[in-house]
Amino acid sequence: MKRHTLLAAILTMAATTLNADVIAPSDVVMNEYGDISESLTGEGGNPERGIEVMTDRGLGNCIACHQVTALEEFQFHGEVGPSLDGVGSRWDAAALRGIVVNAKNAFPDSVMPSFYRVDGFIRPGDGYTGRAIEGPISPILSAQDVEDIVAYLQTLTD
Amino acid sequence: MVTIKKNRLGLMGGAAVAALAFAGTAMADIGDNESLVVNGEIEMVIETDPPEHLQGVFDRIYSGWVFRSDETQAMQADDFENPGMIFADQAREAFDTVMGSEGNSCATCHENPESLADVRSTYPVWDEEHGTVQTVELQVNECMTERMGAEPYGYDSQEMRNMSALISSVGRGRIINVAMDGPAQETWEQGREIYYTRYGLLELSCANCHEQNYGNNIRADHLSQGQINAFPAYRLRNAQLNSVHGRFRGCIRDTRAETFAVGSPEFVALELYVATRGNGLTVEGPSIRN
Ligand code: HEC
Ligand code: HEC
Ligand code: HEC
Repeated sequence: MKRHTLLAAILTMAATTLNADVIAPSDVVMNEYGDISESLTGEGGNPERGIEVMTDRGLGNCIACHQVTALEEFQFHGEVGPSLDGVGSRWDAAALRGIVVNAKNAFPDSVMPSFYRVDGFIRPGDGYTGRAIEGPISPILSAQDVEDIVAYLQTLTD
Repeated sequence: MVTIKKNRLGLMGGAAVAALAFAGTAMADIGDNESLVVNGEIEMVIETDPPEHLQGVFDRIYSGWVFRSDETQAMQADDFENPGMIFADQAREAFDTVMGSEGNSCATCHENPESLADVRSTYPVWDEEHGTVQTVELQVNECMTERMGAEPYGYDSQEMRNMSALISSVGRGRIINVAMDGPAQETWEQGREIYYTRYGLLELSCANCHEQNYGNNIRADHLSQGQINAFPAYRLRNAQLNSVHGRFRGCIRDTRAETFAVGSPEFVALELYVATRGNGLTVEGPSIRN
């Protein structure tokens, strides 16, 4: 009986993550500039949660490299990339999504990591353990994380 | 939005310029006429012209000391303030202690640690007899196993980090002059290859952080050029001595990559290469880092 409930729970979880509307990393379609016009979840993101994803070290950790005036309450903004102030005026949603998914398309050889990609890595590790990853590679961010970030970045207008 | 696309190249240029401008501001923190004289007598070269193989890459090379806070810098200027020296002193005792089946101590053959003062500034070095490049750690273990009949120290063990601190400390102030040519060249090239490889899920190479972005902050850390002239380093964060390979492992792990092992041929090659990026700086270990 217990086992059945557990199994049912696992199945429901699998159903939500394998949501048919989510575009898998390998199925993402980009134009020649690296823009991605379609939402990865089929829906708009949540800008509030975008803040969390961008500032959490285990998730986007975007402020490790970028200064964002609107996020000043979070400590330690880096200087490796440009400030993201006004980025919503410089790029549209499709371009922002493209940059977060795989910045190397818009900026060849960029230092910026590719957050929604699963192949082509050299010695991929299991989180921050230093050990090799076992089994299939998950992208650094989920489709939902990416959409939430894109929604937040769009609020950063001049 | 179409205009954005047409301007894509222009905007990329803009981003690059912005990044450079940042680098410019941060650069103002470094090299502002500081100097490091340890115990009022050992003068360190904390910045100098790059070695020939890095000309065009760097205008100047800097010791990691330059990038640290005033308090951390001050600790390294006085051996009484430097906890790393306590560990070097522990190794001084080990140096005189008989170990292994042959009844030898290090001092049996090497009069005193000071007789090894030229070691740190010239290692890693090609070892003719073994036909490989050897780090200080490998050389110490060679003496223990082949000349003392003793068990080798673990590559990153406390004893080994202590001994490495002692061997650095007696060589402080000497100019780093590590050879990259001759029989060592192949290993050096392997090390360079590793230095520029973008490992892990974050796809970051040593160069992405320590060559392209030194002087910039990444999160709370002020990036240095990743030099190893000041190793081993006593880190305030973990209150212990940290070896060169331990540091390499930490940096690769942080790119969400599978690291190489301490003492591995890959890390020996990387150490040789990184050491030659510091040719012209001075031996500073044991140093203080955050
Ligand atoms: C390791 C450093 C690093 C991290 C982490 C990083 N970026 Fe970047 N990012 C850069 C760099 C460098 C650039 C400049 C593009 C280039 O020339 O490489 C950039 C460019 C951008 C741009 C374009 C900015 C503009 O004004 O044109 C956006 C948007 C962006 N990043 C968003 C993000 C987001 C969102 C995250 C977190 C999910 C993130 N970045 C994480 C380094 C980073
Ligand atoms: C029985 C004699 C003997 C003992 C004991 C001995 N060594 Fe050595 N050591 C040598 C010889 C001989 C060399 C030179 C070998 C070579 O060039 O490969 C050497 C080389 C070295 C070097 C490199 C010197 C250089 O100029 O490149 C270091 C460092 C060193 N020993 C450290 C130690 C330490 C530490 C101990 C004690 C744990 C120790 N040795 C014990 C004989 C000894
Ligand atoms: C994501 C950025 C990043 C990458 C990639 C990286 N490091 Fe580091 N490294 C750091 C930070 C941050 C520190 C601590 C501050 C400093 O000294 O730069 C550091 C410190 C060091 C130090 C200590 C310097 C000193 O004087 O104390 C060395 C040596 C070093 N790194 C070597 C390497 C090597 C070799 C690689 C490539 C295998 C590498 N790092 C890759 C971020 C990085």
